[in-house]
Amino acid sequence: MQSTIKQAIETQSISSDEFHIHIEPVSKVTGLKLGELWEFRELLFFLTWRDVKVRYKQTLLGATWAILQPFMSMVVFSLFFGKLANIGSDGLPYPIFNYAALLPWSYFSGALSGASHSLVGSAHMITKIYFPRLILPISAGVSGLVDFCFAFLVLIGLMLFYKIQPTIYVLVLPLLLLLAMVTAIGVGLWFSAFNVRYRDVRYIIPFLVQLWMFASPVVYSSSLLSEPWRTLYGLNPMVGVVDGFRWALLGSTPPGPMLWLSIIVAVVLFISGLFYFRKMETTFADEV
Amino acid sequence: MARYAIKVENLSKKYRIEHGARPQYKTLRDSLSELALKPFRKVGGNKNGLFAAQSDPRFDSQGKLLWALREVSFEVKPGEVVGVIGANGAGKSTLLKVLTRITYPTHGKVDLFGRVGSLLEVGTGFHKELTGRENVYLNGAILGMRKAEIEIKFDEIVEFSEMEKFIDTPVKFYSSGMGVRLAFAVAAHLEPEILLIDEVLAVGDANFQRKCLNKMEDVGRQGRTVVFISHHMPSITRLCERAILMQEGRIKMDAPTFEVVGCYMSNSLGTKPEQNWPVLSKAPGDETIRLTAVRVISRDGKVRDHFDIREPVGIQLEYIVLEGGYEISPGFSLHNEEGQWLFSSLDTDPNWSRKVRSCGHYLSEAWIPGNLLAEGTMFVGPTIRSNPKDILFVYERDAVAFQITETPGEQITARMDYSHHLPGLMRPMLKWETRNSTGKRIG
Repeated sequence: MQSTIKQAIETQSISSDEFHIHIEPVSKVTGLKLGELWEFRELLFFLTWRDVKVRYKQTLLGATWAILQPFMSMVVFSLFFGKLANIGSDGLPYPIFNYAALLPWSYFSGALSGASHSLVGSAHMITKIYFPRLILPISAGVSGLVDFCFAFLVLIGLMLFYKIQPTIYVLVLPLLLLLAMVTAIGVGLWFSAFNVRYRDVRYIIPFLVQLWMFASPVVYSSSLLSEPWRTLYGLNPMVGVVDGFRWALLGSTPPGPMLWLSIIVAVVLFISGLFYFRKMETTFADEV
Repeated sequence: MARYAIKVENLSKKYRIEHGARPQYKTLRDSLSELALKPFRKVGGNKNGLFAAQSDPRFDSQGKLLWALREVSFEVKPGEVVGVIGANGAGKSTLLKVLTRITYPTHGKVDLFGRVGSLLEVGTGFHKELTGRENVYLNGAILGMRKAEIEIKFDEIVEFSEMEKFIDTPVKFYSSGMGVRLAFAVAAHLEPEILLIDEVLAVGDANFQRKCLNKMEDVGRQGRTVVFISHHMPSITRLCERAILMQEGRIKMDAPTFEVVGCYMSNSLGTKPEQNWPVLSKAPGDETIRLTAVRVISRDGKVRDHFDIREPVGIQLEYIVLEGGYEISPGFSLHNEEGQWLFSSLDTDPNWSRKVRSCGHYLSEAWIPGNLLAEGTMFVGPTIRSNPKDILFVYERDAVAFQITETPGEQITARMDYSHHLPGLMRPMLKWETRNSTGKRIG
């Protein structure tokens, strides 16, 4: 009996050494601690799962909403920009030309707003429990993918309707979606941390998203620009995403070097966002 | 071998206070306009800062920084259960937030050896739209349980919460009590090596509260290290051998629980075991009789504010009879911390009862036997009345107070070996006798 107790104590002390937590004041960012993120992967999963589940339970229309939003935008844009203003659509029917762009755009705008509000929206969790705060904006970025999948069904329907065959480059689509996600989370990291400190940032975000859409070739074609301006246009990462989608799905002009520029900008935004977020992270619980 | 489960060294935490007591949100607009106006501002302005909260020593001289924790150091050995008490704003919660890594310290360091679980709130992350089942998984994950761990404990959690019937109902249809039950059931099944708990027991109905408290106590007995913040003194005294008293961000006392609780009672709640009225005209009473002092004393005749449940407690009344000719009957009432009236007592001394008193100085003493009162704070209200014509000269409710604690010891008490919460206003030790009435030998 006694020996088992002793044994139990010993095993406990061994396991105790494994879990040593050291807390000190933070003066500078020592690392991104991405390993910790892996440790908390189940929490990331559960939070994403919660977001998705709640969204589809709460709204009466459920999945229909994910489809309706980009679809109605497409109808309106087709009417005004396609029919009335007669904006060029690279020789494609305007509705599908527009929808192929709205698809990644809807995902991007949803993920960006979600990530930007994620910290303030989860204030009750931040002040009550420890976990890598990065999980919140990332989870917001991931949960938008479900909406994307539903909206994608409409695209398939439109392609069947217009009898457009996808190109072989459709295989690149997941990577383009990843680019949109990296951009959304990257910018979301900046905004979410900003939003904790400055509460009026949230009023700026919808306005900014709106502007950003018109700064991206969603309702028009990037072929309106000639080189080298078209490549430079890729400084806006969503230009690369949108043009990439059109190219991969509908076989329009390849984005070319512009896509590389977009990727570089997105990665820079993401990594700088990570560092800024880490730097601000230590004060979130005190300020949120 | 880790010698400590928790080691805290020189921990300080500073908060920046803008205006008033709570940090306020800045707006981007404010910051931008501040930036624009900066060149035009006079040097050395900001008188507001000087005004704010100067009397509070936690603030620095400019009143803009609040030291919520100041040079806090302590160690907790593996398996130790430590209670942290103190008034609101003493730094208890900040301490816990630093230990749980929710917020970071300004100076000092903390080392924790072991898997840490924390419970600052029950039901963190609960979502009304999700069912009870879904919330158990979500909340479990938020509290740091693995999915596999939750799956294993799921049935146990549901059974503990007594919510089997409603587990697949969305939480929005729950009453608030039901939600708390479920949340607590999840929390009670956390099994880390170090458990940090803020006061979370003040929820739910009385029965369920007791169930939770019992579960908590089991946790303490399983050799786990627990740091426990509470205002509920009986649970602190019963759960923790050691307590830390915090005041204005510092550790004021770190000693065996009953001493610390006694000190906290007398200091923070403003209760004292003795009260004197040296100025006769201001003493309670009238021209006939005045109460001049009331005291709580221990067997050695000294004033004391905390007693073990086994000890007798003496109540002493000093009074001056200014006008003779009355039959005087001193007495007192006893209330507990919830304001429940436990009993009243009147002088039964045969030498003085039913006799007319002459003028003079009197001292009456009564003894409450050990093993009669329950654990908690007791408030004494001295009374002086006269017989047979019922005149109430003096009644000073809650004039003095004392604390009854129960610490494990050799001598048995009414609770015998029972270690959970033992309800009841009183805790008398009765004479028990058990006989084998079958008259047959067993075996």
